Order: sequence, then structure tokens, then C-alpha cells
Amino acid sequence: MARMKFLCDADRCIECNACVTACKNEHEVPWGMNRRRVVTINDGKPGERSVSMACMHCTDAPCQAVCPVDCFYTTADGVVLHSKDLCIGCGYCFYACPFGAPQYPRVGNFGSRGKMDKCTYCAGGPEADNSNEEYEKYGTNRLAEGKLPLCAEMCSTKSLLAGDGEIIAQIYKERVMRRGYGSGAWGWKTAYRETITS
Amino acid sequence: MTTLIAKLRMVGGALLIVTLATFSCPAIAQQETSVNPTAQSVKEDQLLNELGTIRGLGSIPDIRSYTIEQPAGRDWRHFHEVTLRWIGSVAIVGILALLIIFYLWRGMVRIEGGRSGVRIVRFNVFERSVHWMTATCFVILAISGLNITFGKPLLLPLIGPGAFSPWSQFAKYAHYYLSFPFTLGVILIFLMWIAGNIPTAADIDWLKRGGGMVGRDHPPGGRFNAGQKAIYWIVVLGGGAVAVSGYILMFPFYGTDVHSMQIAEVVHAIVAVLFVAAMLGHIYIGTIGMEGAFEAMGSGTVDANWAKEHHSLWVDQEMGRTGSNTTPRQPAPRAAE
Repeated sequence: MARMKFLCDADRCIECNACVTACKNEHEVPWGMNRRRVVTINDGKPGERSVSMACMHCTDAPCQAVCPVDCFYTTADGVVLHSKDLCIGCGYCFYACPFGAPQYPRVGNFGSRGKMDKCTYCAGGPEADNSNEEYEKYGTNRLAEGKLPLCAEMCSTKSLLAGDGEIIAQIYKERVMRRGYGSGAWGWKTAYRETITS
Repeated sequence: MTTLIAKLRMVGGALLIVTLATFSCPAIAQQETSVNPTAQSVKEDQLLNELGTIRGLGSIPDIRSYTIEQPAGRDWRHFHEVTLRWIGSVAIVGILALLIIFYLWRGMVRIEGGRSGVRIVRFNVFERSVHWMTATCFVILAISGLNITFGKPLLLPLIGPGAFSPWSQFAKYAHYYLSFPFTLGVILIFLMWIAGNIPTAADIDWLKRGGGMVGRDHPPGGRFNAGQKAIYWIVVLGGGAVAVSGYILMFPFYGTDVHSMQIAEVVHAIVAVLFVAAMLGHIYIGTIGMEGAFEAMGSGTVDANWAKEHHSLWVDQEMGRTGSNTTPRQPAPRAAE
């Protein structure tokens, strides 16, 4: 079984935000929420790098560990998903997440959080694959159709890679070898407790 | 003639371009080799080691999303899943065990002089209303709060996710909304009883003699003895701390970021479990721990002998006031409820 991961090759990212747009459109993510975003570090300075970041689908995911109602589950592909039926919108997964992935629609008074929403690795939720209920809550389930996440699939510079961890790590390694530099597999140490050394 | 000049111009122009190109090309090549993209680029490792958090700039209005990595969440996770459960269990199970042992050893502390039949007004209707409003809110807040920390290991396996999630959702809303009357209650308690709760020299003597519960004698106490003063300050300071840290969590990102919310949660949780433990002690003394104590908050009046034993200074003061006052406060005009 594959262990699905994301890898953003920051040396290739041109900050076009197509991944962000693709994700929002594919899953009809509501206003004010972003499952994926592009952040530029040292913007306008030499050595500037952009990183496309979303839920990294961590090994031993912190969100899953702290959830007081245990609404998270990890699929056989290593994708971390959650049930919006069980989520109570307490915000704890956001405190625990190293990547700021969980988002909450603002419902009712003050900062009251609704059901959490985050990147599903285009793998939907606990409902039947590609059912209407699943689409309404989590967006499309591309993984069930044998497709990879749309953000990575349509990345114009192939900076954002999605797929089996070992394969994408190998691709990144080869790139670093060929061009002679690499700013690192962003988030890998935190999410998967491993780094790609070349 | 004109065509010849034009041709010459073209040739000249072409020559110029070629010359420029030949001179500039090595310069560009040189510049490219002098830039080392590896050395120049930001590295994740280095940023994490230096700052602990990686922030940048994004193109969406949501500035929270500009933080791309903050591994501190893992420390918070350890606190919430391990440290807090230990602190909470030790504090709450510990105090319950102590109370049971204490009760078996001491039993209910009786009014030594027996009941005199004379009643003294201790808490008026307003004071009792404030106390019970705060107490009711506290019990619900404590149960719904403990559910967040201990519900998953204790309750979820018993009732299953289908029942546990709606219950927790309800508990969350109860926790949010009851925080307002609770906070109001803490503020009113602070204001209405502050006069009797300033520590005095008599408190040291009271504490040395073990008060009316642990010790066998009855050291003099004011309207509130040192034990009650301790409860007062636990309620005021602990209640204040849980209220402030709770509102920080309830209003996410109002001047806070994820790190300050993690700290707020740690403060909220630790103070809350200790608060619950302290209140268990308070409930014990107020009910089965001491004869005649519950009446103070129940009917609002206490037996004169109880008051003399636990609040001798207060009784003296009340007697003195009654002596000089035209409206006698004692004995109370109405019977105990």
C-alpha cells in the first residue's frame, strides 16, 4: 500500500496560486476558508522561496491525537481524514496542527467555530465514495477514482508533488542531485519525522 | 543614395548589437556562476531552529495562514494528552480519596454545644442567589470541561461516538454560554464578600490551630475564617484566570495567535482541574463534612452555637451591632427553611 504524502519543492514554486484556486474550485471550499495556501518567505529579498502548504497528512497526526471526540481516522493510504458528523468544532486540532491546516466556518455568535474543514488529499470522507453527501461535506473524492490530488496534478512547474512518499522523495532527490541545491522537503521532518537527504 | 545610407545604418546597427552581445555575454555568464542558489535560499531546517515558527507572506487576506509551520503544537499535544490527564486525575481522584479518608476518620463535625435554637442571619437572599447561580454554572462548566479532557478515554467507549458527539457538542455550547453568568457571579462574589476576606492576624492563629475541621478546638474566626478566605480567593483568582483564559479561547484570533491560544488552553486547563478539586473540598465541608454549615447557604441563617464555634469574632460583632441597633438581627424573625 502506498503511503501518500505531499512534497513542495520550494525551489520550483513560482507562487502562481493555481493549486489554491484548483482546490477551492474542485471542492467548492466556502468563502473565507482555504485548504491550501501559498506562503512566500523572504518576499522580495534574495533567496526568496514560496511554499505551497496544506494538511500534510502526518504520521501519528497531532490533530487525531488531541481530538476530544475522536473524529479523525487514517486511511490505508496514510491519508488523515475526519468525520464532520462527529466534529464538534472545539478548535483543538488547530492548536495542535503544526501546519495550520484545520479551518472552521464561523457560525453564530463571537468566534464560535463550525465543523472543521481541511485538505482531504482529494479523498473525501467517511461517506460512500463520490456520493452526494460526501461531496457536500468534503468535496470530490479523486483518490477513489484513481487520481491524485488536483493541486499537485495541475502544478505548472511540478513543484508540488503528491503520491507515494518513497516515489516523490526519489523524484525530489534526483532534482536536487541534478541542479545541485534544494531548500528542503518543507514540513517533512515535522509531519513524517524524516528528511530527504541527497 | 538614401537607400545606401539606410543599408549602412542597418549594417552598423547589426554590428553594434553583435558587439554588445559578445561583450555582455561573458558578463552575464560570470554573474550567474557567482550566485549560489543553495547558499542564498532560505532553508526550512535553519528557520525552524532559529525561530521555531516559519512565517512568510501570502496573497489571501487571512494573515493566520501566513504561518506555515509551528511544531509547538506537538508540545501542546503532549500537554493535553498526557500531562493534563495526570494533573487532572491526581488532583481530582486525590482530593476525593483524601475526603473519604478524612470523613472516615473525623466523620461529620458536630456542633459541640448542640443546637441553641437561636438563628442568626448569615447570607441574605441576594448573596445566596449569587452563590447558587455561580455554583450551578460551575458544576455544568466543570462537567462539560472535564468531558473535553476525560470524555474520550472514559465516556466515549461506554456510549459510542453516535451519542458522545452530540453530547459533547451540547456540552461545548453549555460551556460557552454559561461562562457569562459564571463570570458575572465571580465578579459579584469578589465585590460583595471582599470586606470579610482580607487576611488578618487572626487567620494565622486559626491556621496554626487547624481550624474547625482538622483541629479539635475552635479558634476565633471573623465572618469568614481562614479556610473560607482561602476558598474565596481560590474562587476569585481561579475564577478570574479561567474566565480570562477561556474568553481568549472563545474569541479566537482577537489579538491572539495560535501560540497564545495554546498557552491560554494550558492555563485554563490546569487552573480548572485544580479549581474543581478545591470545590470538591468546599462541597464536602458545606454538606456532609460539617453539621450546620449548609444552612448558611440553604436558608441563609445559622444556629448561634455553630456561629460561635466557627465565627466567634463575627458573632461578637453582630451581637454588638444588635445591642446598639434598634432593629434586632438576632434572633432571626423567621424560621429556618
